[in-house]
Amino acid sequence: MSSSTVSPAPSLPPEASAKAGAPLTKKALTSDHPTWCPGCGDFAVLASFYKVLEKLQYKQENIVCFGGIGCSSRLPYFVNTYGGHYIHGRVLPFTVGITLGRDDLHVFAFGGDGDGFSIGGNHLVHTARKNPRMTYVIMDNSVYGLTKKQTSPTSPLGFKSKTDPWGALDQPINPMRTLINSGATFVARSHATQVNHMVEMMHKAALHDGFSVVEILSECVEFNDGAFDSSIPRKGGTWSTIELKKNDGSPEDAARHDPTDELAAFKLALEPWPGKFGLFYENKTRPTKNAVEQKLIANTREKTKNASDLELLSKTFARMR
Amino acid sequence: MSASASSSANTPSIPDVVIRLAGNSQDGIQAIGGFLARLAGRSDQEVMTYMTIPSTISGGPSIFQVRMGSGEILSAGDRADVLVAFYQHSYENHRASLRPGGVLLYDSDHVTPNPDDKEITAVGIPMTSATVEAVGGSSKEKGKNIYVLGLLTRMFDLDVPKLTQLIKERFGGKSEDIIRNALLAFDAGYAYPAEQLRYRLEKSTVAPGGRPQVTTDGNTALAYGLIAAGVRHGAAYPITPWSSIMETLRTELPKYGGLFVQCEDEIAAISTALGFSYGGNLAITGSSGPGLSLKMEALGWATMAEMPLIVINVQRGGPSTGMPTNIEQSDLMQAIYGSHGDAPRVVLAPKNVEDCFYLAMEAARIAREYSTPVIILSDQAIATRIEAFDEPDLPKLMVNLKPDTRPRDADYKSYPLDRITHHAPPGSLMASGKYPTVTGLEHDELGHPSASPAMHMKMMAKRREKIQALAAILPAPELAGDQSGEVLLIGWGCTYGPLREAMGRLRAAGAKVGHLQMRHLNPFSPGLAQTFNRYKHILVVEINDQGLYGYGQLATLLRATFCNPAIESITKTDGLTYKVSEIVEHVAKKIGLADTSIGMRKQSVLAMPVRN
Repeated sequence: MSSSTVSPAPSLPPEASAKAGAPLTKKALTSDHPTWCPGCGDFAVLASFYKVLEKLQYKQENIVCFGGIGCSSRLPYFVNTYGGHYIHGRVLPFTVGITLGRDDLHVFAFGGDGDGFSIGGNHLVHTARKNPRMTYVIMDNSVYGLTKKQTSPTSPLGFKSKTDPWGALDQPINPMRTLINSGATFVARSHATQVNHMVEMMHKAALHDGFSVVEILSECVEFNDGAFDSSIPRKGGTWSTIELKKNDGSPEDAARHDPTDELAAFKLALEPWPGKFGLFYENKTRPTKNAVEQKLIANTREKTKNASDLELLSKTFARMR
Repeated sequence: MSASASSSANTPSIPDVVIRLAGNSQDGIQAIGGFLARLAGRSDQEVMTYMTIPSTISGGPSIFQVRMGSGEILSAGDRADVLVAFYQHSYENHRASLRPGGVLLYDSDHVTPNPDDKEITAVGIPMTSATVEAVGGSSKEKGKNIYVLGLLTRMFDLDVPKLTQLIKERFGGKSEDIIRNALLAFDAGYAYPAEQLRYRLEKSTVAPGGRPQVTTDGNTALAYGLIAAGVRHGAAYPITPWSSIMETLRTELPKYGGLFVQCEDEIAAISTALGFSYGGNLAITGSSGPGLSLKMEALGWATMAEMPLIVINVQRGGPSTGMPTNIEQSDLMQAIYGSHGDAPRVVLAPKNVEDCFYLAMEAARIAREYSTPVIILSDQAIATRIEAFDEPDLPKLMVNLKPDTRPRDADYKSYPLDRITHHAPPGSLMASGKYPTVTGLEHDELGHPSASPAMHMKMMAKRREKIQALAAILPAPELAGDQSGEVLLIGWGCTYGPLREAMGRLRAAGAKVGHLQMRHLNPFSPGLAQTFNRYKHILVVEINDQGLYGYGQLATLLRATFCNPAIESITKTDGLTYKVSEIVEHVAKKIGLADTSIGMRKQSVLAMPVRN
C-alpha cells in the first residue's frame, strides 16, 4: 500500500497532456472583472495570458495561478482556473510547494516589481537556484501603485515619489541581471504594449522545463505615467528586440544572440535603458528541482525494494527496540 | 563472562538508580546514556533521561543523566546516585548533584577530588589510560565512553549479551575494527575490579504490556508520528533544537514517496508547506521560537484561507537568540495569539516522548478535519530526552492520505457559511465550470474578495466557530490523584513527569493533591471550570517568566478565561526542567506543610542497607 503521493513526471511538452474535452476558450477562462485602473498595462498582460492558455490547451482543472500582493498580483482572480492570492513577496515559495507536490499541475505565479524584487527578493534568488517547474510573470511598473506612489526597487534614480519627493536615491535593481546571475533557467523581457511579443514570451516560458521568468514592463498610468515611453515607437521610443541565432552559418547570424550563452545574456542585460526585449537566457540542460527530487524518491524507493508504508515504519520501530 | 557473574546473595537490591555522566560534548557521553536507555527499554525497565548540550559546535561541558529501574519512572531524578566525572570541571560543577551516600566515579587521569569529602564514596579509575591500554594502537582515548559503559554494566549487573548486541547494532555500519575496539573497551571496563560497587536493580513492578518497548527521543517520535499520520510533505529551515526533526523527515519521506524541502528561510518554509497543503498534500513545517515568529504572517494567511497545516515549535530559551540549548516554555502566547488580526488556530503540547507520536497524529487529523493550522508546542527537554514506551500499534494507526481530486458538484463553495471548509485541490473537476480561489483577503463563500462588513463578521464567526466545535468534542484531560481537595497542580509539556511525581510525594505527606497536564492549549478541553472549582488552590507550574503581573503564560490565560482567583502561578527561568523537590517545596509553602521531605530520598539508594 505504497502511498506515493507524488505523481510521475509528465512528458514534455505538456501541451500534449490535455487535449481532451471542450477546448479552453477565453470565455471559459474569464472570471471576475479586473479591478485595475483604466489604461493600466496589466489589462494587456491578462489578455495575452488568456491567449497563451488558449494556445496551450491545458486541462482547465490542472492550471494554477497565484499572486503575491500588489495591483498585478490580483490577476489570478480574473482567470477562471485554480488559484488565489497569497501574501506579499512570498508567492514563489508557495507555488514551489504546489509544483513539487503536484507534478501534474501547470503552475503560474504573478506579481509586481515590489513583490518580486523587494520583499520577495530572497525568494527570487533561491527559487532560481532550485529551478522548480513553473512560470513567473512579473509586471514591472517601477512604482508601488496599490499603496499610491512610493519608490519601488526598479524606480530609476531621481524618480519622484511620496517616499522620495526629492527623487529616488538608491540604485534600481536590474531584473535581467539579477535573474541570470541567480541561475534562473529561462529569462525573458517584454512590454505590455506588445501583445504578440508578450504571448510569444509567456508561451515559450510555459513550455520551458524549469523556472521560467518573464518580466513585463507594464505602465502604471496613475502613478508612473510615461515611464516606458522610451520603448514605445508611437510615443517616440525605440522597440528593440533580441534576435536569436538561427545557426544557419550566415554572416548576419554572428551578430545574433545565443540564449544559452550566459555571458552574452549578461552583457545584453547591461545595455542602457530601455534596453532590449526578448529571450535573454535559456538553459535547457539543468535538471529541474521536480526532476531531481523525483529521482531521489525513485532511487530511495528502489533501495527499500518498494516496501509498503507499514513495512517501512514497522522496521524503523523495530530498530528502536 | 555471564550476565550474572557478579551477582551474589548479598548484592544490594535497589529500585532505581540515577546516573549522571559529565564530560565534554565530544566524549560520547550521550552514546553511553543512549545505550543504557535502550537497554532499559529492552529489559522492560522504565527509563528517563535528561541531557544538556552546549550551543557551541565542539567542546564545552555536557551532561547526560539517566534514571532507570523498576516502577514508574516519571522524571530523570533530582539528584544522582552515581556521578561519572571525566574532567576536573565535570567533578567540580556536578559534585553537588550527587546525593549523600552516592558514588563518584572519576577519571583519575584527569580528576583530583576533594580528599575531605566524606559524604560520598569516591572511586578513582584511570579511565583514559585504561581505555588506551585496552584498545591499543592509535585509537587513543576515543573508547572511554564505552569503557565507562562496561564499568556501569558490572556495577549494576546489567544484561551483557543485550548490551553487546546494542554496541554491535550501533557500530554495525562501520568497520569491524571499530566494533572490536568498542568491545575491547567494554570488556576492560567490565573487568575493572571494584567489588565493593555491586548492585542489582529490582525487577520491574510495572506489568509488562503486550507490546515490545521502544526507546527514542521526542523529536524522533514527532517525526514518525507525522509519517504514521500520512504526512508526506514538508519544508523548513534549520534551527536548534528543531533541526533533527527536519533531518529525519528529509531522509525518511522519500522512502514513502514524499519529500521535504530545505528552504532559504523560515517564511519560505511555511509558504512552501502551505503550497503543498494547497495541492492537497497535508504538510508540515517547523522551527523553534524565533523561527515561529518569522512564520506569523503566513500563519495568518493559513487561518484566513483555511488551509490545513502542521507547525511544530520546539521551544527554547528566548527572546531572540536567547538560550538556544536550554529549556523554556515561553512561546505559548506566541503560539496562540502571535498574529496580526484575530486568527484562531489549534495549539497542542505533548506531555512526554510517547505523547509526541500520538499528538502528531492528532494534529494531522485536526488539521484535515477542521482545515486549520495546528501548532505542536514541544520543548527542548522532550525533544532531546530518551524514554522507553510501548511500540505503537502501527497496522491499526497508520493513515494513508492522497489529494482528494474527485469532481466537485455544482454547488461547491470554497468557504461555505453553513459548514466547515474543505478545499478542493487543483485537479478536481468543477461541475459548475467555475474554479475556486483561495485567498488571504476577506472573501465571500466562493472565495471572491469581499469588503462587506457583514461578510467579514460572518467569515470571522465561521473561522472561530469551527475551533469552538473542535473544543466541544475534545476529551476531558486526565485528572490524576485526588479528584478534589487542597491543590490542583497544572502543567503542560515537559513538566508532566516532575509534577506527577511531586503529586505522589505530597499525597504521601497527607495533602489532598490532584494533577492535570494540559495537552490541548487552544482550544482548552471542556470541563476545566468545574474541575477547578473542586480545589482550594490551582497552581500552574511552567518554565517561563512570572510576567509583569506575577503569572506565567498558561496561568495568565487560565485566569483570564475562568476568572478563578484560586489560579496561581509557579514559574522559573533557569533553563532546566523542574526538579520534583522544587515543586514540592512551592506547594508545601502554599498549604503550610511542615515536612516537605516526606517521600524524598535523602540518601542515595547506593548507601541504603542491604535489602534481600
